[in-house]
Amino acid sequence: MEVIAALVERLRRSLEVVQDLTLFTASAIRASFARPFYGSEFLTQLHFATIGSLLIVVVSSIVAGQALAIQLVRELANTGAKSELGHFMVISSVRALGPVLTGMVVASRMSAGITAEIGAMRSSDQLDALVAFGSDPMKRLVVPRLFALVIALPALTIVGDALAVIGGGFVGVQYHLPIESYYLGVFKFLTPKNLLVGMIKPFTFAVLIVIVACWRGFRSEGGAKGVGVATTQSVVISSVGILVVDGICTRLVFKLLGW
Amino acid sequence: MIDFSNVDYSIGDRAILRAITFRVTPGSTKVILGPSGSGKSTILRLLLGLVHPDSGTIRVNGADVTQVDEETMRQIRQRMGMVFQQGALFDSMTVGENVAFSLLEHSHPSDEELERNVRSHLSLVGLDPDLLDRMPDQLSGGMQRRVAIARALAARDPIILLYDEPTTGLDPQSAERITDLIVRLRDTMGKTSIMVTHDIADAFKVGTDITVLNEGRIAFDGTPAELAASNIPFIREFLAPFRKAVEAAGRRFVPGAEARPAPGAPF
Repeated sequence: MEVIAALVERLRRSLEVVQDLTLFTASAIRASFARPFYGSEFLTQLHFATIGSLLIVVVSSIVAGQALAIQLVRELANTGAKSELGHFMVISSVRALGPVLTGMVVASRMSAGITAEIGAMRSSDQLDALVAFGSDPMKRLVVPRLFALVIALPALTIVGDALAVIGGGFVGVQYHLPIESYYLGVFKFLTPKNLLVGMIKPFTFAVLIVIVACWRGFRSEGGAKGVGVATTQSVVISSVGILVVDGICTRLVFKLLGW
Repeated sequence: MIDFSNVDYSIGDRAILRAITFRVTPGSTKVILGPSGSGKSTILRLLLGLVHPDSGTIRVNGADVTQVDEETMRQIRQRMGMVFQQGALFDSMTVGENVAFSLLEHSHPSDEELERNVRSHLSLVGLDPDLLDRMPDQLSGGMQRRVAIARALAARDPIILLYDEPTTGLDPQSAERITDLIVRLRDTMGKTSIMVTHDIADAFKVGTDITVLNEGRIAFDGTPAELAASNIPFIREFLAPFRKAVEAAGRRFVPGAEARPAPGAPF
């Protein structure tokens, strides 16, 4: 009986968490369409998200793109289809791996930063001070970060995808694949549908990252230790969430496009 | 006028405040005194609508803040200036931006008007107006507290000032400066104030009325003189260390009249 009671209690708590996250998300969406809009905070966050994340996106995309191309080109060479490298790089980088890789890299940085900042504000009463002095923390903290990442993550994904594909070209040349042949394959398969599949994901990842990071920050408790716990949870939930959303998005879009 | 009537507040199964009833008359300074964990700060959070009571009413100039919508609550908050424990200055903003926060949030003053306002409020709390470009972490604890008071005063003409443990964690000299400032503001500006503290000396120095909390209930509600003369066992025990310290210094403890237990007090 105790085991069942514990399970019921755990289920009840889980449902409460889901309800809280849902209400938080609804509140953030509502705040996104209400005045005032904090333009300078938005620009600060946009700079933090884009310029601040650019280096890690560049490095990870070049390294991952080249590693992927080396794996592909060897297998394709064995089957005599080396000229298909461009095609496979577009499918794997632009449509599948690129958005997830960029999303994960940006999530680890942004989730930690946002949760730690908001958590520290909460533990030092700054969130209450915002409310006490007539501001709305949703509009001042969540909305600018949401809009900033919704713009920044797709832009960073484009940069990451491009670098991965260019890196694949260098690997192709190393394996004696003519560069014209490689880019012919790239541009042949860089179709609007493939781009759509690749570009829908970063928008959903951006919303997921910001909502989860802000939610954990707002709900952090217990001072420095609590902020640390909330930050860890934020990074873990965002990272796993990106993989889950990627799976759902892929299935939905494939269904939508009739593939 | 601030009026708490039978306010209960709990977190989960834990009762934080029970049957809280007191009144703050215009122009007076009410001190909420009590040991740590007695629920003092929660009273200010309830008043600001940051948390909501389980039952009871909290009226601010006639409006029941437990019933009003968020927009009305926002307007009520605009008439209150809050000094948080540890200051709670926005650490990503300069001193000037902190002091001007409420003004910028609710209006669009010119740069000159804004700077004039910030400088005058920094001067009012005894700070160098040229500190306005500094960041909060470049100031001492006492200076941060004074910036927090300036921020509260710079809110749009606050009629109520709320202080949450304004001297906690400060050295005696800085704490003295802060309480001197609160007394000066009380005497010169005549604002209605509530100060939460566990420091008995601060309570006697600042308060025109004192409410003592113990384990979430009101143990005493009256004037400082009545508190000093109280025969309630908890009050006598609570005041004993302070009384001893005062008498050891060769001074006489605050003379007073008969104590009156608060309505509903469990004594």
